[in-house]
Amino acid sequence: MTDATATQTPPRRGGLLELDARTRRRNAAEARFRLYGLIAVGIGMLALVLLLISVLSSGLGAFQQTSLRLDVTLTEKALDKTGSRDPEVMKKVTTITYGKLLEQALAKTIEDKGIVIDGLSKTDIKDMISKDAAARVRDRVLAHPDLIGETVPFTVLANGRIDGYLKGRVTMDSAQRDSNVSPNQLLLADALRADGTLYKAFNWAFITAPDASELRPEAAGLGVAILGSAYMMIVVLCLSLPLGVATSIYLEEFAPKNRITDLIEVNISNLAAVPSIVFGILGLAIFINFAGLPQSAPIVGGLVLTLMTLPTIIISTRAALKAVPPSIRDAALGIGASKMQSIFHHVLPLAMPGILTGTIIGLAQALGETAPLLLIGMVAFVREYPDAPPEGFFDPASALPVQVYNWTQRADPAFVERASGAIIVLLVFLLAMNAVAILLRRRFERRW
Amino acid sequence: MNDMTRVDPRTEVADVKISARKAQVYYGDNHAIRDVDVDINARMVTAFIGPSGCGKSTFLRSLNRMNDTIPGCRVEGTILLDGENIYDRRVDPVQLRAKVGMVFQKPNPFPKSIYDNVAYGPRIHGLTRTKAELDEVVETSLRRAALWAEVKDRLHAPGTGLSGGQQQRLCIARAVATSPEVLLMDEPCSALDPIATAQVEELIDELRAQFSVVIVTHSMQQAARVSQRTAFFHLGNLVEFGATDQIFTNPGDPRTESYITGRIG
Repeated sequence: MTDATATQTPPRRGGLLELDARTRRRNAAEARFRLYGLIAVGIGMLALVLLLISVLSSGLGAFQQTSLRLDVTLTEKALDKTGSRDPEVMKKVTTITYGKLLEQALAKTIEDKGIVIDGLSKTDIKDMISKDAAARVRDRVLAHPDLIGETVPFTVLANGRIDGYLKGRVTMDSAQRDSNVSPNQLLLADALRADGTLYKAFNWAFITAPDASELRPEAAGLGVAILGSAYMMIVVLCLSLPLGVATSIYLEEFAPKNRITDLIEVNISNLAAVPSIVFGILGLAIFINFAGLPQSAPIVGGLVLTLMTLPTIIISTRAALKAVPPSIRDAALGIGASKMQSIFHHVLPLAMPGILTGTIIGLAQALGETAPLLLIGMVAFVREYPDAPPEGFFDPASALPVQVYNWTQRADPAFVERASGAIIVLLVFLLAMNAVAILLRRRFERRW
Repeated sequence: MNDMTRVDPRTEVADVKISARKAQVYYGDNHAIRDVDVDINARMVTAFIGPSGCGKSTFLRSLNRMNDTIPGCRVEGTILLDGENIYDRRVDPVQLRAKVGMVFQKPNPFPKSIYDNVAYGPRIHGLTRTKAELDEVVETSLRRAALWAEVKDRLHAPGTGLSGGQQQRLCIARAVATSPEVLLMDEPCSALDPIATAQVEELIDELRAQFSVVIVTHSMQQAARVSQRTAFFHLGNLVEFGATDQIFTNPGDPRTESYITGRIG
């Protein structure tokens, strides 16, 4: 206030009740910005909803499967001519014989129930039943030879097309043009369904069974893929968490700040940006060709994914360590704690939520990774379950994302449904992992 | 700087705990502390005063080698604790800091319970053998820090849940629990209100019975109230060092007088 005439109050400019032009402009700008934000959020939500709708609508069907209840007469003449009940001898009987028994059982059911459909051929009846069913019946008879000679109730899978009919994928119209299914079969399916022989139920086999061939989509399951993915995650977690945390602690707390550490830091950041398929090539060259580890094995997949996950874990762990206030370190050092004590007793527990979040994000990335696994042979068709760990780490296995990739390449539309179902399983696993991350974070944060 | 030795710190007959001779501290190329000669007596409160950036905190931190954690920081000259050079190659700073404890400007309790905060030092140094002994150390430390009455019913509540003044007293209790020989305090009251400040000052006066205390402060009144000896730092130099009464009533250096009367700083 250099103004000497301070008593002279300047004239009042504008009232509070009406907005001046400048305020109006500022308010308009803010309103516009909020609108942009809402639009951006809306687009994101819309994309998510569309994704979920498309995956759920095409994939939920995979969790239901159509089966037939049949009373199969296991004749001794067909299955065990010698009457020895010796599984070794009985193994000579192929699934073709069992298929015939199933066919007879279905034909008998149709006759008993008095279902009459004009022009229903023997092939029509045979093809109602999945090609996988005969093998299942054979397995059961070989395990229990005393069943021979009796009439045993069996639950067998229906053919994929019949399953599709019950789920609305196959219609009378499409059956006219489809050489794999006839309208007569659909009529038969309706009749069998009406009396309860044919029914739809929850499909546990989708989660537990191994993959099946091109011609048997109804029998394909995710069992081997889930096990393979779980084994790989165990390998990734056991290797990348200790390695990543140890690296971060050393670099953040102990390493002298010089050119070499700068170089290492830059390289870690670069490693995080390397395309995942490059890690696949590396894994193929080093773990399989050089170290001689088996192909398609979860141990190799786990090692490759560990390399991929390490930078993510290191970067997030270092960020979490950096975020711990230096006053805590000073406090510990000030009462005579060694550097290591100050880190392990105070800094690390405080950084734990951040470390866990980074680890789970890294694991989730690894769980969904396909490209590097293709290169190390995880794309192979595997029907055998891997053994229990640790031997199982070296057995061939599949992985969830690779199974999705595999199924989308197959011709039968039933596999499209399976692939979407597999995506749902993958998403459920990811959600579960994120939930665990949130829970752990809460738990650690509660320690003030 | 010919008037620097006007008051010879060695003239007083006392039990010298820490003695610094020609101490220099560098941050990289920056010569932060020049030629400081100070004797810190046992069972006495020594205050370091001076304007911001004069190096008093830097010098304080060099007394228990907390500066080691700052990259590029170097200390030259000799600093003796009971006649042993603390910058000797054979000295482990961790062992030194158990003897020379520190309380910081901002209260920094660990995010643990009050009990664990105080018990941490005795635990890592193995000072107690049984839980009962540890309980006793925690209680005496909290009593010494005049905090026992306020927290005795919630020892297992988080230390970070206390008020600012209580947190600072908790930090003092934590430092006291390791039974150090010297207690360094870096502006311990700057984040506290007048009531908490008064409590902490009273505490410092009581602690003098067992420890030798060095306190850095911006408040000249505080220095006058709690300390027996005062050192005035200016631009990295020790300008004057002597009995507190004499520094405040009859400063020997014109710069000290200007600072005390509020003309520089």
